[in-house]
Amino acid sequence: MNIVVCVKQVPDTWSEKKLNPADNTLDRGATDPVMNEMDEYAVEEALRLQEASGGEVTVLCMGPESATETVRKALSMGADKAIHVLDDGLHGSDALATSLALSKALGTTSYDLVLLGSESSDARMSVIPAMLAERLGLPQLTFAKEVTVAADGGSVTIKRLTDEGYQVVEASLPAVVSVVEKINEPRYPSFKGIMAAKKKPVETLSLADLGVDGGDVGTAGASSAVESFETAPPRQAGTVVKDEGDGTVGAQKLVEFLAGKKFV
Amino acid sequence: MAVERSLPTEESVELLALTRELCRDELAPKAAAYEAEGRFPREVFRTLGKAGLLGLPYDEKYGGGEQPYEVYLQVVEELAAVWGTVAEGVSVHTLSCFPVAKYGTDEQRDRWLPDMVGGELLGAYCLSEPQSGSDAAALTTRAVLRDGGYVVDGTKAWITHGGEADFYNLMVRTSDEGARGISCLLAPADTPGLAAATPERKMGFKGSTTAQIVLTGATVPADRLIGEEGQGFPIALAALDGGRLGIAACAVGLAQGALDTAVSYAKERKQFGRAIIDFQGLSFMLADMATGVEAGRALYLAAARRRDRGQPFGKQAAMAKLFCTDMAMRVTTDAVQVLGGYGYVEDYPVERFLREAKALQIVEGTNQIQRVVIGRHLAKE
Ligand SMILES: Cc1cc2nc3c(=O)[nH]c(=O)nc-3n(C[C@H](O)[C@H](O)[C@H](O)COP(=O)(O)OP(=O)(O)OC[C@H]3O[C@@H](n4cnc5c(N)ncnc54)[C@H](O)[C@@H]3O)c2cc1C
Repeated sequence: MNIVVCVKQVPDTWSEKKLNPADNTLDRGATDPVMNEMDEYAVEEALRLQEASGGEVTVLCMGPESATETVRKALSMGADKAIHVLDDGLHGSDALATSLALSKALGTTSYDLVLLGSESSDARMSVIPAMLAERLGLPQLTFAKEVTVAADGGSVTIKRLTDEGYQVVEASLPAVVSVVEKINEPRYPSFKGIMAAKKKPVETLSLADLGVDGGDVGTAGASSAVESFETAPPRQAGTVVKDEGDGTVGAQKLVEFLAGKKFV
Repeated sequence: MAVERSLPTEESVELLALTRELCRDELAPKAAAYEAEGRFPREVFRTLGKAGLLGLPYDEKYGGGEQPYEVYLQVVEELAAVWGTVAEGVSVHTLSCFPVAKYGTDEQRDRWLPDMVGGELLGAYCLSEPQSGSDAAALTTRAVLRDGGYVVDGTKAWITHGGEADFYNLMVRTSDEGARGISCLLAPADTPGLAAATPERKMGFKGSTTAQIVLTGATVPADRLIGEEGQGFPIALAALDGGRLGIAACAVGLAQGALDTAVSYAKERKQFGRAIIDFQGLSFMLADMATGVEAGRALYLAAARRRDRGQPFGKQAAMAKLFCTDMAMRVTTDAVQVLGGYGYVEDYPVERFLREAKALQIVEGTNQIQRVVIGRHLAKE
């Protein structure tokens, strides 16, 4: 069974994010880039499925030059090869454009299963898996906390995380599956994996290679734009509630405050 | 703050990045609690083993990382800045693989080395005895060859990983010819007659198990003799040359950890209306600490690079061990001072670093013995 796992490079989750005043997009140079955390779970799941039933794991990443680090990380975890969609024209792409480019890139390879993290920590829209499935005309199974592929390789069943518990959902293969953190514990790359990754093939594809029109992607093709932005005002000093001795005054004020905000 | 390092290759840069990730996610959350409980972090060593950190300097064909000491030691240093027990453990394990890797026959290497450096197993090195520490060649643990096996009787003392290790390098007496009567045996942990005593109750490195290994008629098959009979002492000393660099790297790591804590604390702590780092009396202390750490790093790396180039490095290794561990003692003591009362309690890691630094002045040859080694080199040159 061949699996393609989509990974995205994002600014470090814990870093302060800034917009670039030149074009009002995220300033990716200002922060340490890392692999989107949820995607590590997708890579791990792909590797586990491969360990169980063989086949190849291909990493698919759309992103700037720096995203080669994220591609390499997935390869050092154990993926076999990678496709990197790299084109300056993609800068500022929205979700529709991203799903377009990814679907075209998927068209260049053969696969039985496409795995993704269910959201990226920078944009947090959670729409790419659905858009991608729609563009490819494939079934989509989202928010998987467990993935099982049938022994005959013809179908996939997931436990789909919901607020109440989970649903069991099945689809024929090929299919698009997005995963949540509950699904596994991602491995660390090993030093051997790091060295092996250098020798693994990475195919770089441009918009022209994919046959995508520059006007459909990037800032030009985005269906929404940030007109202007302001930095958040510095945090104001909080209110200090002093307890004047017998313990009731302060407590009462706190209760009033919480009730006023409808917290209690 | 991440230390800026000069590393020789792209792969070593990535190795250090992986090490930092492991430190942040696997070591840092556990260090304080495990040290307080005196709990041995076996599972952390497994994780490091899977990542390839338990065989870094050994050949790739045996499953090692084939890294120069210059790189391997900086990994140890990074680990020590977060958790001394783990760093020292990696250093001792790496030392424990050395006798087979260097002095074993091809057959012995093929048979045992892949498991030893592959990450699943943990090793121990048994030289010291209750009555022979600095004068290690006075050891009395006896091994007598009988029916294809060495029958071993005696007690090894202060053994790091004692009771936790999967294999033990035993330095034993096979004849009465002093230093020339010692041999090295590679004993698996399940050797009948090999048992660990109750672990020592130490001042620091409480997560690291240190115990006596008691040998009562323990039979080690004769094909587990490493090197020749009588070659054990030179093997033990050669292993220690590399081991001392590991201890020097540990020392620099925990001094760096203490320095980082002290600097960030001094920027935040206010007295007399300003940050204490703005008092010259205090910033001079920090400046001396930082200088010591840099000097220590430069010294152990200079010794490591000699080793990597195949030059003699025993004298330089002794100097690095001596200088770096004394430096760590001073820097960690001063770090406690910088934090005042807060430095003396377990809420901050600096008092732990201090307790760890003290051990490093003692292990793998006390700092007096390092001076003996350096002095002998000077006399011979
Ligand atoms: C935490 C810990 C872990 C250890 N792990 C191991 C291990 O894994 N394997 C192992 O084999 N050993 C291990 N050791 C033992 C360690 O190597 C010895 O403690 C050390 O070599 C000193 O021996 P000793 O304790 O018997 O002290 P002694 O040799 O009795 O020394 C006592 C004092 O006399 C000084 N002294 C001795 N001889 C001279 C001299 N010629 N000139 C000047 N001063 C001298 C010493 O410097 C020291 O200050 C460990 C020890 C500790 C504390």
